[in-house]
Amino acid sequence: MKNLFKKMSGSLKLFILIVFIYAIFGIFNQPLIMKSLHTFIKLLKEVIPILVIVFSLMFLTNMLITSKKISDSLSRKLGIKGYFLAIALGILSAGPIYMWYPLLSDLKEKGLNNSLITIFLYNRAVKIPLIPMMIYYFGFNYVFILGCLMIIFSVINGLIVEKLLLTQKI
Amino acid sequence: MREKIKKSVLETLNSLRRSMLALLSVMLLIAFIINAIPKDYYAKIFTNNNLIDSIIGAVIGSISAGNPINSYVIGGELLNNGVGLTAVTAFILSWVTVGIVQLPAESLMLGRKFALYRNGISFVTAIIISILTVLILNLF
Repeated sequence: MKNLFKKMSGSLKLFILIVFIYAIFGIFNQPLIMKSLHTFIKLLKEVIPILVIVFSLMFLTNMLITSKKISDSLSRKLGIKGYFLAIALGILSAGPIYMWYPLLSDLKEKGLNNSLITIFLYNRAVKIPLIPMMIYYFGFNYVFILGCLMIIFSVINGLIVEKLLLTQKI
Repeated sequence: MREKIKKSVLETLNSLRRSMLALLSVMLLIAFIINAIPKDYYAKIFTNNNLIDSIIGAVIGSISAGNPINSYVIGGELLNNGVGLTAVTAFILSWVTVGIVQLPAESLMLGRKFALYRNGISFVTAIIISILTVLILNLF
C-alpha cells in the first residue's frame, strides 16, 4: 500500500487528497459539499473554452516552436523586448491562472526562463475587462496607480525569482 | 509535415494527460473554499492598524480563491466597514497574485522552488504595493 502511494504521480496524490477532504466534509456537512460540487461544475463549464484555447496554443507551439527558438529568442536575443512581450501577453491572456500552467510548463521545458514566466503570471492579475468595475469601487486614480505599480513590480519579481533559482543551482 | 502534426498532437495529448488531474484538483479545492468561507467572515478579522491589517489582508487574499470580481466586491464592503485602503489593496492584490490553493498544481507543473519563490515574493510585493499605492494616491 505504502509502495503504491509512493509510485503515484504528484497530481494523483493531490487529487486523492482533495477527494478525501470532500469525503470527510461530506459526512459532517453534506450541503457544503453539494454546493461545492455545484460550484465546481460551474467552474468547469467556464474554463472548458479557455482550456480548448490553451491546448490549441500548445499544439501550435509544439508544431512551430522548438526549444532552441524559445531559448534564443525569448531568453536572450529579445532582452527587454521579452519583458514587454511577457507583460502584454500576461495582461491579454484570459481565464484562471492555473489553466496556463500546462502551456508554461511546456515552454519551460523548451527553455523559457523563469523571469518571463513570473512576469507573465503576475500580469495576469491586471485584468482589462474588470477595470471598469474596479474604477466603480475604488476610483480611476487608484486603479491607474495600482496598475502601473503592478506592471513595474512584475518585472522586479521576475528578476528576483530568476536570481533566486540561479543561486540555488550554483 | 504529417509527421510533425502527429508528433505535436501526441505531445499536446501527453501534456493534457499530465495536467488534467492537477487542474481538476485545483478547481475542486477552489469550489470548496468559495463555499466554506462566507463573505461576511472577512470583515471580522481586521484590527484597524494599517500595517497589521495590510498583512492580514494579504494573508486572507492569498488563501482565498475565485473570480477577482468577488475580491472587488468584498474589498468595497470592507472599505464601507471602515477597513483601511492599504489593507483592502493588499487583500485584492494577493487574491489575484498569490495562489495558496493553486500552489500544489503550480509546484507540480512549474517546479516546487519556482512556485514557492513566486508566491512568497508576490505576497511581500502585495504588501509593498498596497503601501505605495495609498502613499502615491495621497499625494494627488
